[in-house]
Amino acid sequence: MRFVFKRSYNDDLKLFKHRAQMFWYLALLVFVVALPWLIDGFLLGEATNILIWAIAGMGLMVLAGHTGQASLGHAAFMALGCYATVIMLQRGVPFIIAFPLAGLISGIAGVIIALPVLRLHGIYLAIATLAISVLSEDFIIIAAPWTGGVSGLVAPQFDIFGVDINRYGTPILFYFLTLVVTLLVLGAYRNILRAPLGRAFVAVRDSEISAQAMGINITKTKAISFGISCAIVGLAGALLGLFAGAFNNETFNLVLSIQLLLMIVIGGLGSIHGAFFGALVIGFLPQGIALSRDAISNAFGVSALTIPGIESGVFALILIGFILFEPTGIYGRWIKIRTYFELFPFYRKGMFKRQKSYLKTERMK
Amino acid sequence: MSLLTLENVTLRFGGLVAVDNVSFHVGEGEVFALVGPNGAGKSTLFNLISRFYNPAEGDIKFDGKSILKMRSDQVPSLGIARTFQNIELFEQSTVLQNLLVGRHRHTGVSGFAQVFFTPKVREQEKAHRRIVEEIIEFLDLQPYRDKYIAGLPYGIRKVVELARALASKPKLLLLDEPASGLSLEETQDMIFWIEDIKRHMGITVIMVEHDMNLVSAVSDRVLALADGKELAIGTPQEVQSHPEVIKAYLGTGALENEIQKGAGEDQE
Amino acid sequence: MDLAQLVISGLANGSVYGLIALGFVLIYKATEAVNFAQGDFMMLGAFITVWLTNSEYMGIDFWIAVPIAIVIMGVFGYLLDLLVIRRLFGQPQIAVVILTIAIGFILRFLVGAIWKHDPKLLETPFAGQELRLGELVLGFEEVAVIIVTLLLTFALFLFFRQAKLGKAMQAASQNQLAAYYVGIPVKRIQSLVWALAGVVAAVAGVLFASKGAIDPSTGLLGIKAFAAAVIGGFGSLPGALIGGLIIGLIEPFAAYALPSGYSQIAPYAVMLLVLIFRPAGLFSQMQNKKV
Repeated sequence: MRFVFKRSYNDDLKLFKHRAQMFWYLALLVFVVALPWLIDGFLLGEATNILIWAIAGMGLMVLAGHTGQASLGHAAFMALGCYATVIMLQRGVPFIIAFPLAGLISGIAGVIIALPVLRLHGIYLAIATLAISVLSEDFIIIAAPWTGGVSGLVAPQFDIFGVDINRYGTPILFYFLTLVVTLLVLGAYRNILRAPLGRAFVAVRDSEISAQAMGINITKTKAISFGISCAIVGLAGALLGLFAGAFNNETFNLVLSIQLLLMIVIGGLGSIHGAFFGALVIGFLPQGIALSRDAISNAFGVSALTIPGIESGVFALILIGFILFEPTGIYGRWIKIRTYFELFPFYRKGMFKRQKSYLKTERMK
Repeated sequence: MSLLTLENVTLRFGGLVAVDNVSFHVGEGEVFALVGPNGAGKSTLFNLISRFYNPAEGDIKFDGKSILKMRSDQVPSLGIARTFQNIELFEQSTVLQNLLVGRHRHTGVSGFAQVFFTPKVREQEKAHRRIVEEIIEFLDLQPYRDKYIAGLPYGIRKVVELARALASKPKLLLLDEPASGLSLEETQDMIFWIEDIKRHMGITVIMVEHDMNLVSAVSDRVLALADGKELAIGTPQEVQSHPEVIKAYLGTGALENEIQKGAGEDQE
Repeated sequence: MDLAQLVISGLANGSVYGLIALGFVLIYKATEAVNFAQGDFMMLGAFITVWLTNSEYMGIDFWIAVPIAIVIMGVFGYLLDLLVIRRLFGQPQIAVVILTIAIGFILRFLVGAIWKHDPKLLETPFAGQELRLGELVLGFEEVAVIIVTLLLTFALFLFFRQAKLGKAMQAASQNQLAAYYVGIPVKRIQSLVWALAGVVAAVAGVLFASKGAIDPSTGLLGIKAFAAAVIGGFGSLPGALIGGLIIGLIEPFAAYALPSGYSQIAPYAVMLLVLIFRPAGLFSQMQNKKV
């Protein structure tokens, strides 16, 4: 068992709880930075993809995981960030300005759209955001002169301070660009969580009534959360578009919105780790399915499972498995396993038991 | 000097009059209790003061100024804090985090600064932490500091509710049934704490309470309500022996018994 | 008489939306959770019917196949709740929402795997027949859809009002713990509601498939059914149908009046507007409670 002795209030504000934790995360950082020299181009592309999903996941996690507002519409904001970036790049705006600006635009759009929608709770909010996602697909077509409509846009060449970066031409540079964005978002997220704003988010999630009684302006807090969430997701969308090389209205469709939400639920709702774990699942899913397909073929001699759309089916199955047996997601299970070993042999089975909440109708308010 | 004044406050839910022309004032430094049977309108009055409801008629004044135009989340900035009868803590957070949320009205840094966790943010976090630690020490919550609310027993949660309200350093503290569900020992602790709050922290307390033991022990004045109307106001002893109050709580039979007992004592 | 055609066809589509919305409302009224897979239930019901009655599959007589399909879907709904949804008892609503989204994915995948993705037409005995009312020539299927939907809605409405089971379902949705205390078998009632939703979905599926071709992604018109349920007010059965009919009518008229590209957004735009300005819908079930 580990005992952490704290000697000052700073110890609770530090990013790492103790030396060992810092060591492991630094080792992870070293590994991630050294990755391009450890794996080939294809796998590096996969890693870049995972990082992009992690950024998007963190974006949605702020809103859904920490502020408790479910959104089925985030693909719309990914699209906004993507189209904004590319349209600006096409008009000669340097990437170093276009990219953050696109995030800002996405964030502001998020706040504006959020305001009328924020009064809704639970199901109604989910449905409203779903409508936003569906509507955005059509708006992209309507705005065809700008967005290229159904034919979409091609990601232009861009450079940062003269260094050309291209997904295919310079995959290592593109990977590092994504990595830097990931780390920046991660840092900002961590900072928010240890500051009053992060606590306000969690307060709004857990008890709106007492959050108000503590002086938290619910509407303003939700709007800020929406804004930050959409900004981050906008950046992820921009990276996604540049990574994909070409995109149109179908790239950022409702299925993407849903996948994003399901992904962070699998990863573990309510934790930053959940975004990363979820991204890993989404990233490795196609490979995993391909591998099992081969394994089954070899074992049974059947050329099985070449069914289209099997990825969504397996993904949904994984989600159902988690919702039924481990609602806290991968990170939740990881915490339980880690606690088991930390407290060995004093781990009690009931430590993480969730309390049941019986249904009381919300139709009488 | 009156800190809180309610003047002719009336609240209706459709056809039901929940609060009927209630007026009272609470002086600074007082411990003021609201008692009455269930449905009397006590918690409703709290919800009116916290601005969760709008009165149909009447006015509520704090420090001489009407607060009817304020939203519920602006009330803490006046220096009013409250607890909830049914415990509205943040279940997925630790005790410490709950108490730190109590400091929210004293947040002096912008969201922008928080994203970068500037040194000013850090200093403010430590300052808040210091204040919250004092409260933890006052209420003996040290063993529970880093525990998640979801796993804590009911009695401790009640104390955390109180702690969270105290964290904002209020002028006026509204306690909604602070002793409900507590054992005798825990209620005794609550009595000590409320006395300390009054004497050493100089906080004015209004509490809704059923436990007459607690009420008699700490209150300066008591207001008895029934069916939304005022029954009696005065010291705990005066109110407890008031005929209208006895009738409301225990029925007319009990009132007659009291009168007969009184008559019997006179004869001896 | 183009207008009449437009209206009838709009009403027919609207009836299907209404039936799916009915499924939403049934489950919502009983459990306050939303079954995001209701549209896919409809699609499953349609495919099962196709499998039973179409000559390339089982070739059973239409009027026998339909009741069988309805029973199969009822059992499907019941088992789904019994084996899967019930395990989420005591978890927040959003968990069921996410679960049903995933179930929708799986249904689409399974149906596509079994019956492939090419569009199928349901072979009905009344295909292509027409109804003549004076100068009006209407498709028989479309009128049948409207009439069956009206009857079914009315039957369900009476069921919830009068039947003991219906009232028990309402009680279970308003306060589960209290319903338990008075002896209502809440979990079994929940399974029955899901069975009922399956039945309604099957009827919707048969009706929809009789009007046009279906494929595994047909269930996605469930999203428009959301619009219907929202407009009608999520807790009201007749409201769901009326909402569906409204959406069904908005679509052709929007296509007629607005430039293409804008007409498609009409149902969703209307839904969003209703959510923002009158979230309780037309037949509001939200009331003020004395605290």
